[in-house]
Amino acid sequence: MTRLEVRKTYKLYVGGKFPRSESGRSYQVSDAKGGFLANVAQGSRKDARDAVQAARAAFSGWSGATAYNRGQVLYRVAEVMEGRRSQFVDEVAALEGLSKAAAASVVDLAIDRWVWYAGWSDKIGHLAGGANPVAGPYFNLSVPEPTGVVAVLAPQESSLLGLVSVLAPIIVTGNTVVLISSQDRPLPAVTLAECLATSDVPGGVVNVITGRTAEIAEHLAAHADVNGLDLAGAAPDQLVPLQVLAADTLKRVLAPQPGTPTADWTQTPGLERMLPFLETKTVWHPKGT
Amino acid sequence: MDGTKNVAATKAKTTLDTVPAVGFEYAPAPESRAVVDIAPSYGLFIGGEFVEGGEGSTRFDSLNPATEEVLSSVTAAGVGDIERAVTAARTAYDTVWSKLSGSDRGKYLFRIARIMQERAREFAVLETLDNGKPIKESRDFDVPTAAAHFFYYAGWADKLEYAGLGSSPRPRGVVGQVIPWNFPLLMLSWKIAPALAAGNTVVLKPAETTPLTALLFAEVCRQADLPPGVVNIVTGDGETGRLLVEHPGVNKVAFTGSTEVGKAIARSVAGSGKGLTLELGGKAANIVYDDAPIDEAIEGIVNGIFFNQGHVCCAGSRLLVQESIADDVVARLQRRIGTLRLGDPMDKNTDVGAINSAAQLERITELTAAGEAEGATRWTAACDLPGRGYWFAPTIFTNVSQAHRIAQQEVFGPVLAVLTFRTPAEAVAKANNTPYGLSAGIWSDKGSRVLWTADRLRAGVVWANTFNKFDPASPFGGYKESGYGREGGRHGLVPYLMSGASA
Repeated sequence: MTRLEVRKTYKLYVGGKFPRSESGRSYQVSDAKGGFLANVAQGSRKDARDAVQAARAAFSGWSGATAYNRGQVLYRVAEVMEGRRSQFVDEVAALEGLSKAAAASVVDLAIDRWVWYAGWSDKIGHLAGGANPVAGPYFNLSVPEPTGVVAVLAPQESSLLGLVSVLAPIIVTGNTVVLISSQDRPLPAVTLAECLATSDVPGGVVNVITGRTAEIAEHLAAHADVNGLDLAGAAPDQLVPLQVLAADTLKRVLAPQPGTPTADWTQTPGLERMLPFLETKTVWHPKGT
Repeated sequence: MDGTKNVAATKAKTTLDTVPAVGFEYAPAPESRAVVDIAPSYGLFIGGEFVEGGEGSTRFDSLNPATEEVLSSVTAAGVGDIERAVTAARTAYDTVWSKLSGSDRGKYLFRIARIMQERAREFAVLETLDNGKPIKESRDFDVPTAAAHFFYYAGWADKLEYAGLGSSPRPRGVVGQVIPWNFPLLMLSWKIAPALAAGNTVVLKPAETTPLTALLFAEVCRQADLPPGVVNIVTGDGETGRLLVEHPGVNKVAFTGSTEVGKAIARSVAGSGKGLTLELGGKAANIVYDDAPIDEAIEGIVNGIFFNQGHVCCAGSRLLVQESIADDVVARLQRRIGTLRLGDPMDKNTDVGAINSAAQLERITELTAAGEAEGATRWTAACDLPGRGYWFAPTIFTNVSQAHRIAQQEVFGPVLAVLTFRTPAEAVAKANNTPYGLSAGIWSDKGSRVLWTADRLRAGVVWANTFNKFDPASPFGGYKESGYGREGGRHGLVPYLMSGASA
């Protein structure tokens, strides 16, 4: 006798909790062949605002945590994902139309990416900061600090590996995030949120909104309490309008450069997704007796 | 701790009581202006030559703000002139500059640094005449620091593979740069030195009211035999600047100026692929704890807000003083400010020079009137203002609330808003309560408190027990709406480069 499976409800992840959209809306997510997979919460502008508030509230704790601590928390995400590996493989295979073997290698890369970024938490400062040899009797030190609350449009195609590849570099340095998942492939984002919730990532550090990217992105790009914007998953015709909105509050924007090829998330990253959401603070102090 | 504090307070009080009021006169000590030779009119420096403005160009006068005397007639470049300048920069980039070795680029920059040092007095006098800042500042700060920037970045030109962008970083191409009027030559050097070291060519627009030292710099480029077109200087107003930053032939834009214009530039370059560095406004908090070294703090507060007439984006325009010492600090400040000498910027004894323009004077006047209207208490130093020119006496507001315009908006003048706090947490919260995040100051003798505070201030430059210190090796730039990107140090080189891998 076959057992009737217990299906999962896919909800938002805001402030460490899993609410439905305040709007009461949901939308249907299909697999690569068009078959029904799940009804997913369709986040609203209000959900996005709540998420920004949660991310702001979490910022001082997360940015103030030691780099060693943040590194361990990111490594813990990899540990918890490893335990959920088969669920991720199923979701990625269904959504991206991959064989189980191909999906498994994507999931493995995604898990390993957390491990890679975890190690950067207490090393990026060596590369992005340092003592400055000023011409006078002064201690002068530049240190990288997180920009603040970053809104992230996760890649639309690569539902897990792309997602992890944009999220991990932003939070490892101490930023907090409001992330809009892939619109049509949101399931791994929700499952990842469930991993984050059980990985010692403090509530509010990562907030995940599923729904219509364009509807929510515009609001986040204009939101005055958002400091940075990663446009990895923006539709090409939205890149300019979103950057124009972001200019009103001088957000730091990471956008695909015009004319460059689509990102290949399987490549080992460099520093280029960490540095755009780091500020440089330079502290001076006189030397004397 | 308490014992130390009491001793310090007693000692400081004694000092205050024994300092005699300044009752003596200073004889005039004017710097000679014979060292500069200002032409009655200037064209644009394009392709290594001074050329007349073409169609669409107009002319305007550059004034001495201390006397309202017309110094020279200057060209406001039009659309055709910007086209010519960008084309000249592109040609120089393609045919000469990008083919030169890093060491040769560096040697040109070293030459420029040396010529600026050789002609330092000429630059200083011209800067003071055109800008209104005291000669002691242009002579001892602006010009030497400008030369130092060229010297610093000269050494980077043949070491770009160590800048952190991989083994084969590339320049961006043609850079469009727009600079403000508060430190005309120094801002020019902050912009041009790293751009050229990285291998770019430049079109730079100096501020409308202070174009003359940039035009003298063009002469330096010629003396250095810098290849024509590597540096182009186009004078003009905001419209000229807009034409430059929006020109499709420009690969990277660097702007220092108001947050409002910075936002407009960010909008206009959105999606163009142009790199953008913005160094914008500020409303720095200068935090004075009750255990601060009080004499040094008073000097730091005065320097923080009255240096360069307060025309400083990183000026310490909000004094946050711990409540227990607030009355004493304000009394000492008033006494110290009473000794500042305001007047002829060419006088070597002058501390506070002229406001740069009638428009800026009007803005300062309007905001200080708002300060009074909103209920803050105004104190202005008793000093005679010259009959001609643009002047504003050093002013302090007390009883300022965080909602007052003088506590929120950038005055960009010699006006200090004083607020108080009781706990370190309150100081930090108030300091960060602004959309800006350029700089901040901390005064305390307790190292752990200084570092605790520095960690929590959302500002790009934090001066602890000092203020307004600048160095070519030290990154400068803001958080939040004070802009993005850094100038100075390795950080200041990076925005002018692209990693070779992204080719």
